Amino acid sequence: MNKTQTAPGNVVPSSMAQVVITMKYTFLDYFRSRRFFILLIITLIISAILTILVGYYRPQYFLGDPTASANTRELTFYSRWWGNSVTFVIILGGIFFGGDAISGEFQNKTGYFGVPNPIRRSSIYIGKWLSAFIAATIIFVIFATITVGNGLYYFGANVPIQFGQSLLYAWFYLAAVMGVTFFFSSLFKSSSMSILVTAILFLFVFSLIETLVATLVNVEPWFILTYGAGIIGNILDPSGYPKHINPIPVGRGGLTITTYNAFVPEGLAIIGLYFIITAILGLMLFERKEFT
Amino acid sequence: MFTDLIRPSSGQALINGVNVHTNKKRALASVGSLIETPEIYSSLTAREGLMMIAEIRGVPRAERNKRIEEAVSEVRMEEWIDKRIGKFSKGMKQRICIASALLSQPDILLLDEPSNGLDPRGMSEVRDIIKSLKNKKRLIFMSSHILSEVSEVCDEVAMIDHGKLIVYDTIPNVTAKFMGGGNVVEVGLQHPIDAGFVAKSIAHLPGVVAAERKDERNIRITFKGDLESQARILSELVSMNIGVVSYKPATSELEDAYLKLIKETV
Repeated sequence: MNKTQTAPGNVVPSSMAQVVITMKYTFLDYFRSRRFFILLIITLIISAILTILVGYYRPQYFLGDPTASANTRELTFYSRWWGNSVTFVIILGGIFFGGDAISGEFQNKTGYFGVPNPIRRSSIYIGKWLSAFIAATIIFVIFATITVGNGLYYFGANVPIQFGQSLLYAWFYLAAVMGVTFFFSSLFKSSSMSILVTAILFLFVFSLIETLVATLVNVEPWFILTYGAGIIGNILDPSGYPKHINPIPVGRGGLTITTYNAFVPEGLAIIGLYFIITAILGLMLFERKEFT
Repeated sequence: MFTDLIRPSSGQALINGVNVHTNKKRALASVGSLIETPEIYSSLTAREGLMMIAEIRGVPRAERNKRIEEAVSEVRMEEWIDKRIGKFSKGMKQRICIASALLSQPDILLLDEPSNGLDPRGMSEVRDIIKSLKNKKRLIFMSSHILSEVSEVCDEVAMIDHGKLIVYDTIPNVTAKFMGGGNVVEVGLQHPIDAGFVAKSIAHLPGVVAAERKDERNIRITFKGDLESQARILSELVSMNIGVVSYKPATSELEDAYLKLIKETV
């Protein structure tokens, strides 16, 4: 029994219907407040720079060695273009749409308008999460389309299967990034704080910890989300999927540093766990947080 | 607490017997609320913001536009219904928030510090709207630290000190009980007045319970009786040739009662 009858003639919708209502108006807000278009423009600028640079200079770094096989050249292209940039686009999507999604409700006092209604906080959280995820997915699809468009121009209709896999992993990674941004958004009451912490974490802290842990302590950084997300680029490696453990000799003293690459199932597990844990923790925080 | 914004440290918040925290959707289905000064997404128009609430509250689709227009008309914002909320003043936003509380035609209205943070004009507008809502058979539950506002708008008052209910009664009963069983008027004078004259002459007028000089040009008279007594005291004061320039019921009556009550409970 999900619906609640009230006078006069009002029937409070089911929680699922209220999720859809929240999504609809959050989405409208994204468009009206221009944040969707700003991220779209940033994505188009990144794509335009890549298109112009590759089109004008035709660098081997992107188009591969002309003597190599067609498949190797295609993989080189998608690895360099997509593998190097998509995670950045995903992180921007998380920050733009998720960074202040919950903290803004406290800081801007919009929560005082929506929460004191017959709607569960979980419906608000899930509605906002889904609208942020869909908005970021649209940007993601546009970036993927431009990538494929360029790929078709240089290599014809031979899109490697690995690109499809990478696309899917990247979309899962987007879900995990959105989970983390919503978690921090629920943790803080200040929008700028939640956005800043998320940005610093994804752009610096995760990669720093990953490098330090792997090279200095020789421990596999399986607990870092960006390590798991390495599968997005690794699957496109033209020389085959990289080794799991890769010791690299440094200097003449026999010193080696070790780099690690997550296996695909391992990477998916890391991404999945981050998504599940942060989504649950974020929701629990929002459920308990007081509007004071 | 009654709207799920904060949680009780102990006990429960029940509305019509339904626990707000365990069954929020049912508990708040027939409750409209305005908690302090909420913000609405500034990129939406007033109509869109209200439509969101109408949909969440399950107002029948066919009636939504009509209800929104009625609620907006009730808060006198018809001309602004399709304008973006980002362009509104605080008072205008507050009126739209009152409209959102009225949309589902609730039996109960919860208003928490509804004029908080507004300029004098905004405060007055909000108070007028609340007074007009009183005539529409709704239970209005308002909390405020501005006791003059409470005496102007409310019929009954509950006073809480350190989380404990210390009194709940009609405003006349509360003021009568704690102000020595009388009404209070404040008298403004053209010339300074002697404290001895106030104590000897004014305090002994028929019906006067007490008279005190607040400062050299203002006195405060507590009296028993109705409007007729109040008029008689005024004419006595005028006949004393003390230069009465103003004569009005004390607005701080409830505040004085509250302060006395707090002193008694300390």
